Amino acid sequence: MPSHLDQLEARSIYILREAFACIEPLGMLWSIGKDSNALLWLARKAFFGRVPFPVIQLDTGMELPEVYEFRDLIARDWNLDLVIEQCPPEEEMDPTLPPASRSAARKTAGLKNVTDRLGFRGLIAGIRRDEQATRAKERVFSPRSSDNAWDVREQPPELWDQYKTEFPDGTHVRIHPLLHWTELDIWRYSKREDIPIVPLYFAREGKRYRSLGEKNITLPIDSTASTIDEIIAELSETRTSERAGRTMDHEAEDAFERLRSSGYL
Amino acid sequence: MADTIEQAQPPRFRPADLRLVVVGHVDHGKSTLIGRLLHDTDSLPDGKLEELKAVSEKRGMPLEWSFVLDALQAERDQAVTIDITQIWLRTPRRDCVIIDAPGHREFLRNMVSGAASADAAVLVVDASEGMREQSRRHAYLLNLLGLRQVVVAVNKMDLVGHDAARFDEVRRSVEDFLRDLGLRASAVVPVSARHGENLATRAAEMPWYEGPTLLEMLDRFEPSAAPVDRPLRLPIQDVYKFDHRRILVGRVETGVLRVGDQLLFSPANRTARIATIEHWGPGEAPVEVRAGRTVGITLDEPLFVERGDVASHADHAPVLTNVFRASLFWIGRKPLLPGQTLMLKLGTDRAAVTVQSIDRVIDTQTLGGGDAVQVRTNEVCEVTLRSREMLALDEHSANPATGRCVLVDGFDTVAAGVVNMRGYPDQRQLLTVKSTNIQEVDHLLNATARAWRNGHHGAVIWFTGLSGAGKSTLAMRAEQRLFQRGFQTYVLDGDNVRHGLNSDLGFAPADRAENIRRVGEVASLFANAGLIVITSFISPYRADRERVRKAAGSAFHEIYIKADLSVCEKRDPKGLYRKARAGEIPEFTGISAPYEPPETPELVVDTSRRSVEECLEEIMEYVEAHIALRTSDVA
Repeated sequence: MPSHLDQLEARSIYILREAFACIEPLGMLWSIGKDSNALLWLARKAFFGRVPFPVIQLDTGMELPEVYEFRDLIARDWNLDLVIEQCPPEEEMDPTLPPASRSAARKTAGLKNVTDRLGFRGLIAGIRRDEQATRAKERVFSPRSSDNAWDVREQPPELWDQYKTEFPDGTHVRIHPLLHWTELDIWRYSKREDIPIVPLYFAREGKRYRSLGEKNITLPIDSTASTIDEIIAELSETRTSERAGRTMDHEAEDAFERLRSSGYL
Repeated sequence: MADTIEQAQPPRFRPADLRLVVVGHVDHGKSTLIGRLLHDTDSLPDGKLEELKAVSEKRGMPLEWSFVLDALQAERDQAVTIDITQIWLRTPRRDCVIIDAPGHREFLRNMVSGAASADAAVLVVDASEGMREQSRRHAYLLNLLGLRQVVVAVNKMDLVGHDAARFDEVRRSVEDFLRDLGLRASAVVPVSARHGENLATRAAEMPWYEGPTLLEMLDRFEPSAAPVDRPLRLPIQDVYKFDHRRILVGRVETGVLRVGDQLLFSPANRTARIATIEHWGPGEAPVEVRAGRTVGITLDEPLFVERGDVASHADHAPVLTNVFRASLFWIGRKPLLPGQTLMLKLGTDRAAVTVQSIDRVIDTQTLGGGDAVQVRTNEVCEVTLRSREMLALDEHSANPATGRCVLVDGFDTVAAGVVNMRGYPDQRQLLTVKSTNIQEVDHLLNATARAWRNGHHGAVIWFTGLSGAGKSTLAMRAEQRLFQRGFQTYVLDGDNVRHGLNSDLGFAPADRAENIRRVGEVASLFANAGLIVITSFISPYRADRERVRKAAGSAFHEIYIKADLSVCEKRDPKGLYRKARAGEIPEFTGISAPYEPPETPELVVDTSRRSVEECLEEIMEYVEAHIALRTSDVA
């Protein structure tokens, strides 16, 4: 009987290979956080050591310095075809959004720009169902209209492992190979595979980041966990949700849903 | 400090190894049941309960458990679940993934998406309403999708005064319906989701109930085991040529493969050995890969393999066919009609298929079924599908992974289906040339020389049609007429081949196909020899007749001896229809086995509308026009 992590890995690799076989051109979004690092690792496993599509960072210029440092190191060591997309400024965002959501919307705009410019038909992203309630409703292959909108009422059926891979021109599909993983699964897998991690996840002076976002809208949590084992131990006991440190989730009941419907990850 | 960490207890981790779908009619309380169960098992994060209270208060309602799952604004405002959601539940035994499926009719395809990925199901039925339209349909679909672990929660017991008699009444009707489907509920539990009765804790309000709580039932279910015991199936997902290696990748759906194994690739029907199992990452390359894992292999010889091919071991190969039957759940917005061409997705393969016939539409309310000319949205039907290319597949009952499919129309998934081969043979044997050392003899005498001598071309006049259509009668009379005309002619029919050449064959689909293959080969040899051979066989499968056409080439003339089934049944010259109707003949063409009329026969002779003499005249005219030498030919 394969282990739980083996099963998760096999399913993700299958999804990555389906995307690669059926959709062209394809790109992978890389936030440089723990999930998308694990995703990159899975891609290297699926394609025997190389990542056969561009890897895109949506850059708001607001990441912490450790994130940029880590990005450049990994991109070089792993021989990544890295595309850095500068997101448009906050002044251009929908002014009716609450402040943190407006800040987050910059990434949506950057995503739309890079998709338009490079003509992606498929974008691989490392979201998980257990992160947030609207993400729990996602499909593995999730079609987006030309303006990036997510029509949650009209999602395609996913029967067994048959995914929607045919689309009219002007639309693209988001591919979510980590949808079935939990936060704890990611940490256990990172430990087993010895995947590099941005050091911000480990506690320094009683604080660590549990979920990594831009410095203006993400807060560290109280923690003394300074190794993966300690993080796993901490998460096994915690009753606080992972995105508690993300301010935009809490501005309005539907703040995150609105962001996601208009294209946010 | 380091010491204390090492001595610390390993973190509690229990894999989410059971996937559970919750189904049932709209408003019977699925989301409420899940929300309350999450709360009662301490599975909700801190702050969630407060958030729910606030959200409920804002809408001026008492605490609404379903808001845990109905995360979308529209869902909360309208109090309906639009799409499936997934959430983790901590039971005493494991973490389990709960899939909440919508009950509304218009969201049925979302419900099927959820159910297709589950190991077990909870069917929620309202105690006061009992089974309703969607309860029945959902139960039917669970069964179609192959889900066998089902627990029934009879909900809202508080609204019927916790009445044991009412519970028994509902329980019996649910159990009766499931039994007719061939399903058995693992338990039927009376619950009140709103008040948490018999979910995680036993309800004092229903002392008469002595069975398990819902939570106890969930812990009795088992995840679907990785099917290592079935024959190997590795549908090829892709072939990578990133460097000098040619790596075939895919997921082992069933069985086990090892380095050195001889693999058979279908439908090409060619073999090679596994040279290496490729590996990247920490650890050693495996020498064996079991069901459920993805794999990359290289072969010992450069075989042409592509996405959609199926690798197996030679002794347990999948069925090869270009026609099969499927039970479909139709979710297309437009109705399904015969003759439609759709894209079939089967494993990693894709093929255009045509709907040859709609054999039955099933009423999921009464479980009755009948003939229908079309299938509408959310109906279940049985159809016969035909592809141009050969497909490698399995009966769903033999191997679900290679026996289920979806159909795509344009950009939309329109159906989910399971395969059945009833009435159709495996075509693998018929395509396999076993004697590879035989070379065709190059005849010095050519066909033209023979035609000049005989006054006609060699020909296979292939009669096909239902039993009782008049094939034998017409064959014998035509032979007589041709003989009188001075032509070299002979009739092959069941009587002269079944007793000799084909005495080893029975009437199972595979035997019937082999019978026709042999007759076809003999007939085309006769035609090479310059004879006009008339064959008289029902030959129900188009694929078999096409094979003969291939063997005989331009000498093949397909004549459809046409008569309505009712006419044939009335004639019943050998009394066979009567026996078939009485169930004494298991696979009888037209009754319990399919007949596929020719699509473009050279000639159609309709014996229900014309006399034997008139029919004979049509056949002779055809022979004079197409097989006899005209004077100009001779000159």
